[in-house]
Amino acid sequence: MLSMFILAGMAGYTQTKITGTVKDNRGHIIAGASIAVKGSYDGGVSDSTGHYSFKTFEKGAQVVVASNIGYKSFEQPVTIAADPIEIPFVLKEEVSELKAVTVTAGSFEAGDKKRAATVLSSLDVVTTGGANADITAVVKTLPGAQQVGEQEGLFVRGGAGYETKQFIDGTVVNNPFYSSVQDIAQRGRFSPFLFKGTVFSTGGYSALYGQALSSALILESVDIPERSEAQASLSPIFLGAGLQEVAKDKKSSWGAQYNYTNVAAYFALVPQKPDYFKMPQYHTADYNFRVKTKKGGIVKFYTQFNANQLGLRRPNIDDPTLKNAFSLKNTNWYNNLSWRENLGQGWKMNLGFSYSTDHNDIVNQVQNANNLPVTTGQVWIDSTNFGLTSRGDLSQFKAVFDKRLSGISVIRFGGEYQYSYNKSLYNQYNSLLTDHFKSLFSEADLYLTNDIAAKAGVRFEQSSLINKANIAPRLSLAYKTGQGGQMSIAYGIFYQKPENTYLYATRNFGYTKATHYIINYVKNTTLQTFRAEVFYKKYDDLIKTFPVYNNDGSGYAKGLEFFWRDKKTFSGLDYWISYSYLDTKRDYLNYPMRLQPNFAANHTASLVMKKFVTKINTGFNFTYSFATGRPYYFLKQNGSKYDITDQGKTISYNNLGFSMNYLKSFGKAYGVFVLSVTNVLNQDLIYGYNYTHDGSRKEAITPPAPRFIFFGLFLSWGVDRTQDAINNNL
Amino acid sequence: MKHLFIIVTMFFSGMALAQTKYEAGMIKGLEQMKTAKSADDMQAASAFFERVGDAEKDKWLPYYYAAYANYITAWMNPKLDKDKVAEKSNDLITKADALDPNNSELFCLRQMTATLQMLVDPMSRWQTYGAQANNAIDKAIKADPNNPRSYYLKGQNLMNTPEAFGGGKAVAKKLFEKAVELYNNFKPASPFHPVWGKEETEKLLAACQ
Repeated sequence: MLSMFILAGMAGYTQTKITGTVKDNRGHIIAGASIAVKGSYDGGVSDSTGHYSFKTFEKGAQVVVASNIGYKSFEQPVTIAADPIEIPFVLKEEVSELKAVTVTAGSFEAGDKKRAATVLSSLDVVTTGGANADITAVVKTLPGAQQVGEQEGLFVRGGAGYETKQFIDGTVVNNPFYSSVQDIAQRGRFSPFLFKGTVFSTGGYSALYGQALSSALILESVDIPERSEAQASLSPIFLGAGLQEVAKDKKSSWGAQYNYTNVAAYFALVPQKPDYFKMPQYHTADYNFRVKTKKGGIVKFYTQFNANQLGLRRPNIDDPTLKNAFSLKNTNWYNNLSWRENLGQGWKMNLGFSYSTDHNDIVNQVQNANNLPVTTGQVWIDSTNFGLTSRGDLSQFKAVFDKRLSGISVIRFGGEYQYSYNKSLYNQYNSLLTDHFKSLFSEADLYLTNDIAAKAGVRFEQSSLINKANIAPRLSLAYKTGQGGQMSIAYGIFYQKPENTYLYATRNFGYTKATHYIINYVKNTTLQTFRAEVFYKKYDDLIKTFPVYNNDGSGYAKGLEFFWRDKKTFSGLDYWISYSYLDTKRDYLNYPMRLQPNFAANHTASLVMKKFVTKINTGFNFTYSFATGRPYYFLKQNGSKYDITDQGKTISYNNLGFSMNYLKSFGKAYGVFVLSVTNVLNQDLIYGYNYTHDGSRKEAITPPAPRFIFFGLFLSWGVDRTQDAINNNL
Repeated sequence: MKHLFIIVTMFFSGMALAQTKYEAGMIKGLEQMKTAKSADDMQAASAFFERVGDAEKDKWLPYYYAAYANYITAWMNPKLDKDKVAEKSNDLITKADALDPNNSELFCLRQMTATLQMLVDPMSRWQTYGAQANNAIDKAIKADPNNPRSYYLKGQNLMNTPEAFGGGKAVAKKLFEKAVELYNNFKPASPFHPVWGKEETEKLLAACQ
C-alpha cells in the first residue's frame, strides 16, 4: 500500500489509460503479448481476445512497445496527455528455424532438430515390437516401405532394394547389411545407438544425395555422449562388452565395443528349416572417438570390423534327393571420419571421408544324401555349383559448404569423389570393375516468409566406369496452411548406375533414371503427427538383360500414403499407424512386358504400439504388420522371348511382433531385460515362390523358422562425473 | 519560507523516491505473484517484472522473477504450451544471465525450464532435456554450493526418476536433508533475493521417510 502511495506520489498526476489490440500481420489475435511504456514500469498484457489496457503516470513524448516471443517488437512513439489513448499493434513474425515451414515432401525427419517433426528416435528403434533393434525393420513400419522378408534392403514405392541407399554423416555406405543369403533377409550392420537422428526419405530428396532411384536413409551419428559408461550384454545368442569414456571437460570422448553372436544353442532348441552345417557366427568390434573443436565444430571417427560365417543345406528344388550346400564367409571393415565446423560469417563446413572393404568367400555345392558332392549330368542342377570370391572397396571424400543468407535462408554447395574397386573370381572367371565417380551439387533453402519455403538444387554426376555424366534438378516448395499444418510439393530427377552384377557383363550402359512428383500434407503438434502423401514416379532407362543387355526398361509407381502418430490421446500410450497404397509396374531384366514386380504389394499397413508401465518398470511393445499378397511369375524362355507360364499372388502377409523391456538396477549397474518375439500368432508367412528349372513345380519361400524369440540382458555402469561432484558436497 | 519548505520536501522525497522506485516495484511485483489466482495473473506479474528489468537495465532480479513467474504459469494452467512457456522463460533467464553471469539461482531456473520441456514427452525427451536439466543443476551447485534450491530441485528430479535409472526416494532424501540444513541457515543477500522452496522441500522430505 505504501509502495503504491509512493509510486503515485512520484508522478503526482492522474493516470492516463492506454488501450488497444495486438494482432499479427495476418490479422490473427496475439494473446500474451507484452505492452509497455518504454523505460517505465507501466504496461500490460494482451488477453485471449488480443485486447490490452493499462494506466500510466508517464506524460509527454513517450514510446510504447509491444513485444511477444517469436515476433519482432514494435515501437510506437506517442504523446501522452490526460486523454485515453488507443494504440492498435500489428506484430510481424520473426523468421526462425523453429517456426518456419520445412520442406517435408517425401521425408520422415527423426531426431530432435525440429522438435515437432520428430517421428522416430533411436529409442523408438529399440522399443518397436518384433523389430529386434534393427533400424531397417523399424523403417518398414513407416509408409512407403514394403514388407519384404526374403531379402534385405528397403523396397520403397515400387523400387527394388538396391534403389535405397544408406548414408552415415553424409557419405554413402557400401554394404549396410550382412552379406546376402538366398531367401533369408539379413540384418543391418549398424547399431541404432550410434545415431541421434534418422531421416527416411521416400523420394524427392536433397541434391546432396545421389545414386539412389527410390529412397535415402540418412543417418546422423551421435556427438559427445553425456557420460562415461561401461556396458555388457548377455543373451543365449550373443555376448558383448563395451566402454565409453567422456573427458572431464566433455570436449572429447572415445569408445570401443566387441560383440560375439553365435546361434548354435538357439538353433539346437528351436528347429530351423535349413540344416546348418556351419552355425551362423558374427564377430563385431568397433571403436570411435569424437573431439569438439575450439570454434564449436566436431570431429568424429567411427570404425567397425565384422567377420561372420555360416553354412546351410537346403533341399535341391529340381531333385529332392539332393541338397544345395551354401557357405559364406564375410569380413567387412567400415571407417568414417567426419568434420563439421563453423567457419564464421555464416559459413559452415561438413567434410566426410569414408573407406570400406568387404570380402566374401561363397561356395554353393550340390550334395547327395550323405552330404558329399555329386555331379548329376543334368546341366540345370550341375550349373548351380559355384565358388565366388569377391572384394569390394569404396573410398570417398565429400565436402559441403553452407552459407547463411539473409534471415534463415541458406545456400549449400559441394562435391564428392568416390573410388570403387570391385574384384571377383566366379568359378574361374576373373573380373574387375573400378570407378572414379565425381559429383558436384548446389542447393538453396529459401525462406520467403515463415510460411513459404523453397528448396532448389541441382546435381551433376560423372562415372568413369560407364563413362557417362548426368545433371539432376531437384525442387520442392512448402507452404504453411495454419498452426502446425503445411503442404509441400516436390519434384526431382534421380539417376543411378546399374548394379555391378550387370556391369560385369557389359559396361555399355547408361544411368537408370527415376522422376519423382510428390504432394504432401503434414499436421504436427507436439505429441501428434499426421501426414498424407500422394506420389507419382516414372522409371526410365531401367536395365534389360534380355534379349540383350541395355537400358530399354521402363516403369511407373504411383500411390497414396497416410501416417498418424499419437502420444496424447491415451495416457502413456504411444502408437502409430501407417498405410500405403501402391500401384506399380515395370519392364526390366527379362520381363516380357510391364509387370507388377514380385517385391511390390498393393496395400501395406502397420500398427505400432508402445506402453511403458512405470509402476513395474516395464515397457510393452506391439507391432502388427499387414500387406496384401505379392505377385510371382515363372518366366520361361521361348526362343527370342520370355513367356509367363505360371503366375499368381501370395497369401497376404500378417505378422504380430512383441517385445518387452524390464528395467532393474543391480547395485551400481542399470539393467534392461529384453524379450522379443516375432510372429507371435504363428501366422503363415509366404514371401514368394521358387520354381524348378522348367517351372513344373514351385515351392513357397518361407522364413527359416516361423518365429524368432530373443531374450537378453543389457547392463550399463554409468560413471557420471557430476554425480561425484554432488556427493562430495553432501 | 513556505517555498523553501516545499523545495526541501520535494528534494528529499525525490531522493527517497529515486532509491525506492525499484524497491517499490519489486515489492509490488512480489505481492502480485503472491496474490496471483490464475495463470493470467501470474503472467501479468511476469510481464511487470520484465518491464522493471527493461527499465532498470542493470538488475538481474526483475528478469529472474519474470522468468520464474512465467514458468509458474505452466503449472497454473496445464493447457498452456509448455515448450512456449519454457522458451519465454529461457529468453528472460538469458537477459538476467547477461547482467549476472554464473549465478546459481539462474542455473536453477534453467533446470526448471528444461524439466518442464522434458515432461511434455518424457520417454523420448529425457535424453535431451533431462540431460540439459542435470547439466544446469550441476552448474548451480558448482556456482554456489550453499544454495538450498539446487539440492531441492535436484532431489525433486531424482525422486521422480525410476530407481532403475539411479533415482528413487533414498537418493533424493539425502539431497532434501542437505537442502533443509542449508535453508535453516540461509540468509538472502537482499530482501528481494529468492528465498522460496523450504516448505516444498520439507514436504518432499516427509514423503521420502
